[in-house]
Amino acid sequence: MNMPLFQLVCFYLFAAVTVAGAVAVISVRNTIHAALFLVLTFFSSACLWMLLQAEFLALALIVVYVGAVMVMFLFVVMMLDIDQERVREGFVRYLPVGLVVALVMLAEMLGMIGVRAMHQQALGPDPAQVAGGSNIRWLGEVLFTQYLLPFEVAALILTVGVVAAVALTLRVRAGTKHESPARQVQADPAQRVRLVKMAAELPQPEPVAPAAEESAS
Amino acid sequence: MEVSTPILLTIALAPLVGSLLAGLAGGWLKRGGAAGVTILGVALSFILAVGVLVPYLSGQGTVYNQNIYTWFQVGHINASIGFMVDQLTALMLVVVTFVSLLVHIYSIGYMKGEEGYQRFFSYISLFTFSMLMLVMANNFMQLFFGWEAVGLVSYLLIGFYYQRESAIFANLKAFIVNRVGDFGFLIGIAAVVYFMDSLDYAQVFAQIGQLPGKTVAITAHTHWDAATVICIALFVGAMGKSAQIPLHVWLPDSMEGPTPISALIHAATMVTAGIFMVARMSPIYELSPTALSFIMVIGATGALFTGMIGIVQNDIKRVVAYSTLSQLGYMTVALGVSAYSGAVFHLLTHAFFKALLFLGAGSVILAMHHEQDMRYMGGLRRYMPVTWITMWIGSLALCGVPFFSGFYSKDAIIEAVGESHRFGAGYAWFCVTAGAFVTALYTFRQLHLVFHGKPRFTIEAAHGHGHDHDDHKPGVLAHAPKESPLVVTLPLILLAIPSLLAGYLLVQPLLFGSWFGDAIHVNPADNVLTVLGQDFHGALAMALHGFVQLPFLLVLAAFVITTWIYVFNPSVADRIKQAFHPLWKLLDRKYWVDEAYFAVFARGGVALGRLFWKAGDKGLLDGVVVGGPVAAVHGLAASLRRLQTGFVYHYVFAMIFGLVLLLGGYWVFGH
Amino acid sequence: MITLSHYIVLGAILFCISLAGLFINRKNVLVLLMSIELMLLAVNTNFVAFSRFHGDASGQVFVFFILTVAAAESAIGLAILVLLFRNRSTINVGEIDSMKG
Repeated sequence: MNMPLFQLVCFYLFAAVTVAGAVAVISVRNTIHAALFLVLTFFSSACLWMLLQAEFLALALIVVYVGAVMVMFLFVVMMLDIDQERVREGFVRYLPVGLVVALVMLAEMLGMIGVRAMHQQALGPDPAQVAGGSNIRWLGEVLFTQYLLPFEVAALILTVGVVAAVALTLRVRAGTKHESPARQVQADPAQRVRLVKMAAELPQPEPVAPAAEESAS
Repeated sequence: MEVSTPILLTIALAPLVGSLLAGLAGGWLKRGGAAGVTILGVALSFILAVGVLVPYLSGQGTVYNQNIYTWFQVGHINASIGFMVDQLTALMLVVVTFVSLLVHIYSIGYMKGEEGYQRFFSYISLFTFSMLMLVMANNFMQLFFGWEAVGLVSYLLIGFYYQRESAIFANLKAFIVNRVGDFGFLIGIAAVVYFMDSLDYAQVFAQIGQLPGKTVAITAHTHWDAATVICIALFVGAMGKSAQIPLHVWLPDSMEGPTPISALIHAATMVTAGIFMVARMSPIYELSPTALSFIMVIGATGALFTGMIGIVQNDIKRVVAYSTLSQLGYMTVALGVSAYSGAVFHLLTHAFFKALLFLGAGSVILAMHHEQDMRYMGGLRRYMPVTWITMWIGSLALCGVPFFSGFYSKDAIIEAVGESHRFGAGYAWFCVTAGAFVTALYTFRQLHLVFHGKPRFTIEAAHGHGHDHDDHKPGVLAHAPKESPLVVTLPLILLAIPSLLAGYLLVQPLLFGSWFGDAIHVNPADNVLTVLGQDFHGALAMALHGFVQLPFLLVLAAFVITTWIYVFNPSVADRIKQAFHPLWKLLDRKYWVDEAYFAVFARGGVALGRLFWKAGDKGLLDGVVVGGPVAAVHGLAASLRRLQTGFVYHYVFAMIFGLVLLLGGYWVFGH
Repeated sequence: MITLSHYIVLGAILFCISLAGLFINRKNVLVLLMSIELMLLAVNTNFVAFSRFHGDASGQVFVFFILTVAAAESAIGLAILVLLFRNRSTINVGEIDSMKG
């Protein structure tokens, strides 16, 4: 079969899995199942991106999102002791409203964006190859020249995120001993040590007379 | 003595200095010091005032008119502190300072042992200063300053016993009624400024030729003569100050103050300020016969009807108070028939004998341990001979018995009214003549009740000699009344002398000579005094002729009636009262004027205030203007608050809903 | 053949699914956070598609940054979730209404 048709079939396949996974995320009972379905959604999404020849991003999606973020989600899910039964109440009651609003939104978005017009635009040649080189190279060239500052800022954001996460959840347990560098630095030698000058030897006191001892005791 | 600025300034300021020292340093000066310092100030003023008057007596005085200090200047209208002295002013200066000095001396005895001794002296000196500034003013602004200042000090003095509720009621009443008068006064001054562009007397009098023909538009369709408007408006002020009907209600209540001030303020000086003002403004008043008729009718009504109330009073001071109201009516009538000098002459004699009567009443009150009800007096002539005799002299002067000073002034007024052809003169003549009868009635009634007959009080040995004013059984005295000390009786004697002689000596120059010169203007056509002067053959002849005139016969009749009732048949008095009970009630309730004022103005004012408070302030402003937005915000916030459910998914829903609307709007209405 | 509209539609569908997930889910904060990740995914898909079709690398660079920020945000979000659980012993969104007006 010809390439475009194959691509189209692949597209529909992956798209279907993505959408199914997304629907499953929001509708399954078990939270861990939901997390895993989200992983599935990301995977198929990555495949879709591959179809667009955005290889770097597709893999970044898997490595960062699935490998880090979703793992983190799973950590949290498993760490928290969730009462599964009570979690499912009220689902059916709000479903119609939610569906209606979502569908309206969908209709508006599609109408607004002018989907029909875009139907004409076919996939062109891979710009990365056009520019010569791989997708990564193409991306890198733009990233480290035009978008250097945002790149650095992004790094900073990640740092902040780390610090914030730790600061939020750090628990100081009572009874643990730890050092306080501030107080260590503030220690004043004069407060700790007092030098007293005294003779190396002291004369022995005279032995007291036995009569005095007896009366004293 | 040459009239000069330093002398006039001393006359005005010496009492002020005394007042300030007594008032501010009273504690340090102690009682004697305060009294001494104020008496010194007023005595100095008196001596200098006499010195100012002397040149005028010999006909050599000149008019003095100087501005001392410019207070403010608005456009070309100048308000300054300045003095104008002519015959009229000089006379008033002597009257004011003389009576004030005597009252100061009297107060040493009367106020002995009272709380606020230094405060009292400070106030009466302050009053003297204010009255002198009023009298010596050479422009309307200073006149108004003095006018207001005497009103203020009168308020302070009426409410001297400020812990007494009745005193506070009285002083507020006096001040408020005076204020109503002052409102008219200000309108008059404003009209003067409007038409004649100046506040200065000299400039105003120079321009009065321009007034005839000018009008004031009261409404769009009615125009009144300018001179009439000015004169009536100024007279409204005089109505308040000189207690003319209908603004007379404050004067009887002013008896709440200590007796010396009733003598000083409410007999001799403040109440005469209105009379003085009209006399001073005689050039303007001569332009408006309408205003003068108005003045005449008001004065006449007061002269008769207030005197009638005096017949049924039991409080010794109230009788004299209503007598003052009546005599002020006489002075006003005299002004109304253009007999300005007659009014001023009566002002002079009245100052002496009325002050004498008040101070004498005070002496009686002192002796009776502050009992003021005449029904518990009687037979006091044995205990207080000096007071008895001086009160007789004052009473005879008041009644207008020939040879006494009151006769000359009062009779001149009655005859002047008889001669006048002005509208209302007939009614006025009836009132002043009938008034002579009424005056004698209440005067002799008072004398008989207080000094003659058998004593109606008892003397019981005291249970504790507290100097309490209110806390004693009526008619029971701790010890027998005795004559008051010299500080009290000396002023009485000193006032009795002019009450005897002032009329006899002064009638010819003041009324029928041209002593007043240019101080008083009268249209020749209306000058009734000139007409009377043609029949005048000297004071002696006038007195002898007076014995056969109607007024004296009425006085005689009244004397006979009162003596028969009160000395010989006291029970008749009660029977008459029962027989004429409605009439008695009418007089006792003072024609229900006070009640009417209270119901309409006082209650009306309170009701209006309450209306503004409840409906306006609370209802409208607090409720709607302030409360409306509050309630609206509250209601809005309460309903909006329900959006804040606290649930994140609701907030998300709201966001998305908004987004849907936005997108939809954008999609439908354009790109 | 695949056109741009295919990817747009897909992105839209994913976005709306996640929206629905946001407010039909009443009981689980974790699913809430996961829906947010889905939303970001939808947006990323859009970016990549547009970038590919217009040949502009900026779109993909932006996805790169979105990934970064999303990672940081989910880390902090989960930290907050942990704290919330520590204090309330529940992750039931329906019980977290202390900001109620």
